[in-house]
Amino acid sequence: MLLVLLVVVILNFLMLHLAPGDIADTIAQTMGGADEQDMAELRKQYGLDQPFFIQLFNYVVRVALLDFGQSHFYNLPVFDLIMERFPATLLLVFSAQILSLFVGILLGVYAAQNPNGLSSLFVNMFSLFGYAAPVFWTGILLLIAFSLHIPIFPVSGMRDITIESGNFFVHFFDVLKHLFLPMITLASIFFAYYSRLCRASMLEVLGADFVRTAKAKGLSKKDVLLKHALKNSLSPVITFAGLSFSAVVSGAILVETVYSWPGLGTLAFNSIISRDTPVLLGILIFSTLMVTMGNLLTDLTLKALDPRIKI
Amino acid sequence: MEDLVSINNLNIEARTRAGTLKVVNDLSFTIKKSETLCVVGESGCGKSVTALSLMSLLPEGILKVSSGDILFDNTNLAQLSEAELEGIRGNEISMIFQEPMTSLNPLFTVGEQVSEVIRRHKNLNKEKAWASTVELLDAVKIPNPDKRAFDYPFQLSGGQRQRVMIAIALACQPKILIADEPTTALDVTIQAEILALINMLKEETGTAVMFITHDMAVVAQMADRVVVMHPGKKVEEGTVHEIFNNPQHEYTKSLLAAVPKLGEMASKKYPEPMRLVGEKKTKALKPIVGTNEPLLKVNNLVTRYPVKGGVLRRTVARVHAVEDVSFTIMKGKTLSLVGESGCGKSTVGRSLIRLVEPTSGDVNLDGQNILSLNPRDMREARSNIQMVFQDPFASLNPQRPLFDQVAEPLRNYGTVNREVLQEKIGDLFDRVKLPRSFMQRYPHQLSGGQRQRIAIARALALNPKMIIADEAVSALDVSVQAQVLNLMMELQVDLGLSFLFISHDMAVVERVSHDVGVMYLGRLVEIGPRQAIFRNPQHPYTQDLLKAVPIADPDKRKSERDLNFKPLPSPIHDLTHNPAPSEYKEVAKNHYVLTTDCGY
Repeated sequence: MLLVLLVVVILNFLMLHLAPGDIADTIAQTMGGADEQDMAELRKQYGLDQPFFIQLFNYVVRVALLDFGQSHFYNLPVFDLIMERFPATLLLVFSAQILSLFVGILLGVYAAQNPNGLSSLFVNMFSLFGYAAPVFWTGILLLIAFSLHIPIFPVSGMRDITIESGNFFVHFFDVLKHLFLPMITLASIFFAYYSRLCRASMLEVLGADFVRTAKAKGLSKKDVLLKHALKNSLSPVITFAGLSFSAVVSGAILVETVYSWPGLGTLAFNSIISRDTPVLLGILIFSTLMVTMGNLLTDLTLKALDPRIKI
Repeated sequence: MEDLVSINNLNIEARTRAGTLKVVNDLSFTIKKSETLCVVGESGCGKSVTALSLMSLLPEGILKVSSGDILFDNTNLAQLSEAELEGIRGNEISMIFQEPMTSLNPLFTVGEQVSEVIRRHKNLNKEKAWASTVELLDAVKIPNPDKRAFDYPFQLSGGQRQRVMIAIALACQPKILIADEPTTALDVTIQAEILALINMLKEETGTAVMFITHDMAVVAQMADRVVVMHPGKKVEEGTVHEIFNNPQHEYTKSLLAAVPKLGEMASKKYPEPMRLVGEKKTKALKPIVGTNEPLLKVNNLVTRYPVKGGVLRRTVARVHAVEDVSFTIMKGKTLSLVGESGCGKSTVGRSLIRLVEPTSGDVNLDGQNILSLNPRDMREARSNIQMVFQDPFASLNPQRPLFDQVAEPLRNYGTVNREVLQEKIGDLFDRVKLPRSFMQRYPHQLSGGQRQRIAIARALALNPKMIIADEAVSALDVSVQAQVLNLMMELQVDLGLSFLFISHDMAVVERVSHDVGVMYLGRLVEIGPRQAIFRNPQHPYTQDLLKAVPIADPDKRKSERDLNFKPLPSPIHDLTHNPAPSEYKEVAKNHYVLTTDCGY
C-alpha cells in the first residue's frame, strides 16, 4: 500500500517534470517577466538546478511532509486547499458506498428468495436502470425534480449559511439534508451492481449443503437466510465493492459538479479549467490515498467475515 | 414395539421439463422406536428423497409428495404448519448428510453451530447451551472439546466434521436420527469409527436410526431391519438376518452377490473382473497374467512440499509427502497403492510424471531415467504414462465437445490430419464402449461412468505403456464402478497395459491388483504380491487397516473396542528434520515389510 503511494508520487513528479515550463516560468510570468540571471537565481532557489534524482528525492520528501506546493489559481498551499475539501468528498464517497451496499444487498437477498418471481424481475429492471443511466443524467433529473417539483431537499452546496444556531445537531442535520441527493445519485450506479452480484451469490449459497443443514436444524427461514446464507454470500459483493471504490471516487467528481458539493471534485473541475497543475497532482495523491484506504478496508472486512482468509 | 414413523403409500413426483417423473412409487414402511432401519439401493432409487420428505425438506418446486402420508409419532406431518415443522426438525427428527466437508457453515465456529440448535429448541441461556455443547463434542469423541469448540470447520478433518454433525443431530435427543450415506465420503478407518460411534450413541440414548446407504457391508454393520429399494419402489423388507441369509427378491440377491468380500480372492492368483449387479455371470476374461519384466522402477522417491511463511514468503517448513518410497511395476500388471487420505499415495502418482517435482530419487521407465530428462524429452516421455483422475465431473472441460477432448493429446503430439483423427477417436470410443455418436456431445450430457470412460479414452489416445488411475472409480456408484473397473481390466488383457491403481477401497484393490503397496504418512510400510498382503499382513498398520473394512455379514459386527486408530500425525516438519531412510525385511518372496519407524 505504501509502495502504491510512492509509485503515484513518483509518477506525479514525472508529470510535473515532463510538463513544459516549471515554477520559475510561472513565477516569472506572474511577475511580468524576468531576465536569464533572475531565472537561474529562481531555479537555484527552488532546487531546480539539481540533478534529476536529487529533485525526485526532494519531491518525495516534501510530499511525505505534506507539502504539495502552491496553487497558482488560489494562491494557497495545495495541502490546505485539499484538506478544506477532503472531508466533504470523504463523507460523500463513504455514505454513497455504504448506502449502495445496504440497498444492493437488501434487494439482492429479496430477489434471491424467489428468483423467477415478479419481485425478482422488478429488482432486475431497477438495477438495469442503475447500470444504464449515466450518473450526471440521474443527477440532473433528481435536481430538477427536487428543485422544481418537490422542494424538500436542498439541491446545491453542503451547508445553509443562513443558519446561525451554534447547536452541533442543527448543523449536523443540515449537512445530512444537503447530502441526501448527491448521495442517492452516486449510490444509484453502484447498488445496481451490488444487487445483481448479491442475488447471484445468494442463489448459489442457498443451494449449498450447509444451508440444508441449517434448515434441518429447524431454524426459521429468517435465520437460515440472514444468518447462514447471507454471511457466506457477502464476500463477492464486498470484493467488488472494494474494486469499484476508485469508480465511486471518480463518480463523485461528476456528482459534486452537478450539485456544487464543495469537495475535491469541484476543486478538480475548477483546477482543470484553470490549468492549476499542482492542485490536480495533489488531488491525484489524495484520491490514491482514498482508494488504497478503501481497498485496505475491504481486505479487513473480508478477513473479519471469513476466518480462512489470512493477510 | 410401537411404530415411531410410518410411511403409507408414499408417492413423490419430480417436475422436469419433460413432464412429471415418479421418484418414489407407492412406498410403505415403518420404523419402530430405538431400532435401526437401513434403506439400501443405488443412487437415484429414491432413498434420499424419502429421507428428505420425512424431514419435510423436499426442494420446493422440484419435488412434491403427490399422495400418501407420513406419520411421525402418530402425527401426520403434512398437516403441520411450517412453524410446527421447524419445532420438530433438529429437535425430534434430525439428520446427518453425506458430505461432511460442506455440510457445516464455514464461517461459524463448530461450537456456535452446535449451541445454535440447542438454543433454538431447548430455550437455554448462552452459558448453559455452551456447556452442553462442550459435553456433546466430548460425547462424539472430539479431543479437547472445550478448545476445539472455538475452531472453524476448515480446521477439522473430514471425520471430525462428521462427528460435529452427529453432535448437532443428537443435541436435542431426537426420537429419530436420519443418516444419509454418512460415511461414503470418508476413509475406511474413519468410516469404521463413525459407524461404531453411531451405534454406541444409539445404545446410550435409545434413539431410532434411519440409515441410508448403498453399501451392503455397512448395512450388515448397522441394521436391525432392512428395506431394499429399486427405482422408486420397495422390493424387499426384512430383518438384517433374513435379508442376508435368505434374500427373496432377485434384486436383493444380485446386490448381495455383487458385494466384493474381502478375502474371497485369496485362492486366486490373478485379478478377476467385478461381478455386476443384475448379471448372473461375469464375462469370462483371459487370466490377466502379465509379465515379470519390469516397466517402471522407482527407487528412494522423496517428495516434499515447501511451507511458505513470514513477510518474505520464505520456506519455513516442509511437508514430507513422500519419504523414501521404492517399488517396481511389471509390464501388463497392476500395482495398487492403498492408504488413508493424506498418506501420500496421490503424490507418488503425480511425482512419477513430474506433475509435482520430486525432491530426490530415481524413476526409471523402460530404461529411461525420467527425473533427469529435460523439458522436451519429458514431454515425449509423458506420452508413455497417462493419468485418469478421481472426479469425472471436474476433469473434463465442460465447454468442449468430447471429440476434441479425446483428440487433444493426439493433436498435442503431432497428429493433425482430420481423417486420421476421426478414425483413431472412433476406435477409442469403441474401445471404451461408448457410441461414436457421443463424439459431438458435451460432458454435461453424460453420466459419471460415461465421463470416466471418456477420461480413459483420452488416456489411451497416445498408446501409453502405463496408466496411473488416481482414485479413478471412487466417485462412482457401485455398479458403475464395477463396469469401469472391468473395462480397465479388459484393456489390460488386450493391450498389455500396466496400471498404478491408487485407491482407499480395499475390496476393490483385492480384485484388481497383482501387487499391493500400503502407505502410511509418506512411507510404504508394506509391499508385496496381493495374496500375501491380504492373507498374511505383517505390518501392524496393514493389519489394522484390513480390520477396519466392514464385512458384509451381520454376525461379524465391529464395536468401538476393536478399533484403535490414532489420529494421523502431522507430516509437516521444520527444515532441519532429516528422516531416516526406509529399511525393509523380506518376510516372503517379494513381500517386504518396513522395519524402521513410520510414525504409526
